[in-house]
Amino acid sequence: MAHNQETVWEKEGLTAEEYQMIVARLGRKPNYTELGMFGVMWSEHCSYKNSKLILKKFPTEGKRVLQGPGENAGIIDIGDNQAISFKIESHNHPSAIEPYQGAATGVGGIIRDIFTMGARPIASLNSLRFGNLNNNHVKYLFKEVVAGIAGYGNSIGIPTVGGEVNFAAAYQGNPLVNAMSVGLMEHDDIATGTASGKGNPVMVVGAATGRDGIQGASFASDELTDESAEDRPAVQVGDPFMEKLLLEASLELIKSGVLVGIQDMGAAGLISSSSEMAGRGGAGIEMEMSKVPCREEGMTPYEMLLSESQERMLVVPRKGKEKLVEKIFAKYGLHAAVIGKVTADGMIRVLHDGEIIAEVPAKALADDAPVYQRDSSRPAYLTEIEKLDINKLIEANPAAKNYNQVLLKLLASANIASKKWVYEQYDQQVQNNTLVLPGSDAAVLRIKGKNKGLALTTDCNGRYCYLNPKVGGRIAVAEAARNIVCSGGEPLAITDGLNFGNPMDPEVFWQFEEAAQGISEACLELETPVTGGNVSFYNESPDGAIYPTPIIGMVGLIRDLQDVTTHDFKDAGDQIILLGETKEELGGTEYLKEILGEEKGSIPEINLKYEKRVQQTCLTAIRKGFVKSAHDCSEGGLAVALAESTFRKELGIKINLPDSDISKVAELFGETQSRIIITTEKENLDNIQNIACKNEIAMTVLGTVIPEKLFIIDGLIKLDLEEMKKQWQNAIPAEMES
Amino acid sequence: MKFAVITFPGSNCDQDIFQVTNSVYNIETDMLWHNTKQDLSKYDCIFLPGGFSYGDYLRSGAIARFAPMMGEVVNYAEAGGLVVGICNGFQILLEAGLLAGAMKVNNSLKFICKTVELEIVNAETPFTNQTKKAEILRIPVAHQEGNYFIDKKGLAELKKNNQIVLRYKDEIENPNGSIDNIAGITNKAGNVFGLMPHPERAAEEILGNVDGKKIFDSIINFLQSRGGKIGA
Repeated sequence: MAHNQETVWEKEGLTAEEYQMIVARLGRKPNYTELGMFGVMWSEHCSYKNSKLILKKFPTEGKRVLQGPGENAGIIDIGDNQAISFKIESHNHPSAIEPYQGAATGVGGIIRDIFTMGARPIASLNSLRFGNLNNNHVKYLFKEVVAGIAGYGNSIGIPTVGGEVNFAAAYQGNPLVNAMSVGLMEHDDIATGTASGKGNPVMVVGAATGRDGIQGASFASDELTDESAEDRPAVQVGDPFMEKLLLEASLELIKSGVLVGIQDMGAAGLISSSSEMAGRGGAGIEMEMSKVPCREEGMTPYEMLLSESQERMLVVPRKGKEKLVEKIFAKYGLHAAVIGKVTADGMIRVLHDGEIIAEVPAKALADDAPVYQRDSSRPAYLTEIEKLDINKLIEANPAAKNYNQVLLKLLASANIASKKWVYEQYDQQVQNNTLVLPGSDAAVLRIKGKNKGLALTTDCNGRYCYLNPKVGGRIAVAEAARNIVCSGGEPLAITDGLNFGNPMDPEVFWQFEEAAQGISEACLELETPVTGGNVSFYNESPDGAIYPTPIIGMVGLIRDLQDVTTHDFKDAGDQIILLGETKEELGGTEYLKEILGEEKGSIPEINLKYEKRVQQTCLTAIRKGFVKSAHDCSEGGLAVALAESTFRKELGIKINLPDSDISKVAELFGETQSRIIITTEKENLDNIQNIACKNEIAMTVLGTVIPEKLFIIDGLIKLDLEEMKKQWQNAIPAEMES
Repeated sequence: MKFAVITFPGSNCDQDIFQVTNSVYNIETDMLWHNTKQDLSKYDCIFLPGGFSYGDYLRSGAIARFAPMMGEVVNYAEAGGLVVGICNGFQILLEAGLLAGAMKVNNSLKFICKTVELEIVNAETPFTNQTKKAEILRIPVAHQEGNYFIDKKGLAELKKNNQIVLRYKDEIENPNGSIDNIAGITNKAGNVFGLMPHPERAAEEILGNVDGKKIFDSIINFLQSRGGKIGA
């Protein structure tokens, strides 16, 4: 070979050791095509080689789990022979380079994972992170990412019902775009990505194959550099119209009952779908590349195998049912081509015009990637940031105690301000199931024909995870569950989008281990198993790694639609109650960032057992009909949570804070966990007190909802509600439309 | 009484209309696929649903108007049958020439989804007879190309014939910049209705808004009082 051997495997993103493993596994040197196949299949994106050992520790079992990690998406039982399939996935690097298409295809990809399982997608959520909004490039990314999500999600007719957007300098060069899809199905329709049964046909259905997205999976497994823009061809282009047709055709095909298996052709396209399907079924697949429908002339087998052209599926029907598959897809004007067959020898055999061009054991590609235990060490920065003396900082800054101004400033900060500018661009209602629109603690959907519903949310505070990944991981799960409970739902299970920097950096790997540990602990305590998710490493720009950001997507069940609860105050005269208690906890808060310019300190602690009791108190009170509004107390603390609850109905409040030893700043803006604000009619105060007592949690009556548009907290804050609302509502539009 | 909903590839509100006419109103409703040709005269009302027919590539509704089924819809409309086009359906009716005017991209250039206040301009139509003139309905919109436009002469014609049925209450409520705040119009004969808002999204108590039912109530009332379909 004329090539320099070193560049051959490096070009495929493999190390010298990995190349030797491949040679040993095959008993010979791989050829060019085979090496390309290993390159993508052994990338972090496909193989999870750096994360597998950690992911194994997640609790993944529970009485409702019908399908845990390892398939296209997890599935949980919601009773009545119905099930929910859901998953979150990242599309960070494509979105950094080509934000509209990157975000759009992120949405398209995760939706395919859901209908591949046999579920009809009924809701989308997304969790986004950008640099600080006062930067023009960040504005461009933000605008295009939102437009991309809207462009794809709206066209395909799946409502985008919730999610979160957060801004911090750490994401400046590497935004995060995580998309979550949720689908509804009957138990009998569960499909899997399995190829088995010697002689069964293997078919490519959906769009034709082009040259887009070649090596996208390898691209995703590398750091972003100033030259990354040159990798734009590695970003795929989405066609939501094609996907809508593929969705309808695939669900019709699954219903027909002729399928053995079906799998989305996502990352690493044909090669990953075929080797994973064969791997799961303990079978082999033989494919003739000249039969793959292509949309470009002269594509090489290598390109056809690795193309990440969107809106395609690999399906294995039972032998003799090829015509039926073709008929179903023809109705929607889509290709359905037999490209090969299932074999019994466990090999992925690729032919081109009858000649064998690659022959590799399916298991070697899909299951035998090396697994690494990376070095890990506690980051040096932690020692430094813990030293922060917050009281000294507050005393030195007169503005820090001007509570009126502090509250107005927090309400107008990008992280707390209304995200209406974002969600108004999403169709939130198509399919006619959305009972609680974006803007409350969790989105709520009804299940048609039943008196039950779903509560859906995503959550993660990246700054917390940066300052203390383990506690940050616990809080991410706890807060997601709190959001579900506040909406009247029972938390069922999670999917996780784990976004981190370069795992070869021991400090990054430590963050990963710690965050995963925290998530596991919270999932065990709150009984919400992990049913799947996605790991995204290498989220780095020349300025360094992102904040560790393990995004939790959670699904909850609302067993009776009477329980649906929103965060806004309903009627004057209602009593405002705080469940849980406030501590002197200002480290890592929005207050500290926005008012004092520091992203440091010890983050709030969390006692998971106490958290669970607070949630039980809230849910029990809701189910008994005592609660008129419920809102999680999180970023910005008590004052912000109260403010957010007043805006919809423009009802004021009068609060008398109880005597306590903690500072007024912490009382108002501290972010102590395990706190929920609820309102109730006066006559139910005792009932709620009894429930709180039984659960051994603190409960405080804070004050009253008043008809005047005034926001009064003791002698500390007195503001005009309309002024507050204006600040909160206008902040993001003003920034984006300036 | 029997309704039909035409589904184009890329339609995505077809099932929502079905849900309302079939489950809320108990009216037998057939879902008809775009590429068949069939006589529609047995139906009392035809709906063209919202969505992105044929991906809305080229221009929204521009490809759908060539669907085989659209020829049947034109025949049906010309015979006097009731046709309702919602959102993308409105766009298709414009492209097919069943309604006057054209649709531009929203002034904001962005997709917008929110509930808006609509003023009933003409309450004497088959689609609004259960409302009162100047009554305000709150109904969601969800579109990127809802900026209705018609030239001066055309606008004068619409006004003269009372073809403007719905307006956004004022400039502030107008989500797209449409001329004269127009949200919905009929043809001159008054049997074809196009509107950008989605009444099918506001027709169930559980969803928190039933203002859209007044549109469906009106259609049913009209058909019942006529003892069936008009024209054909």
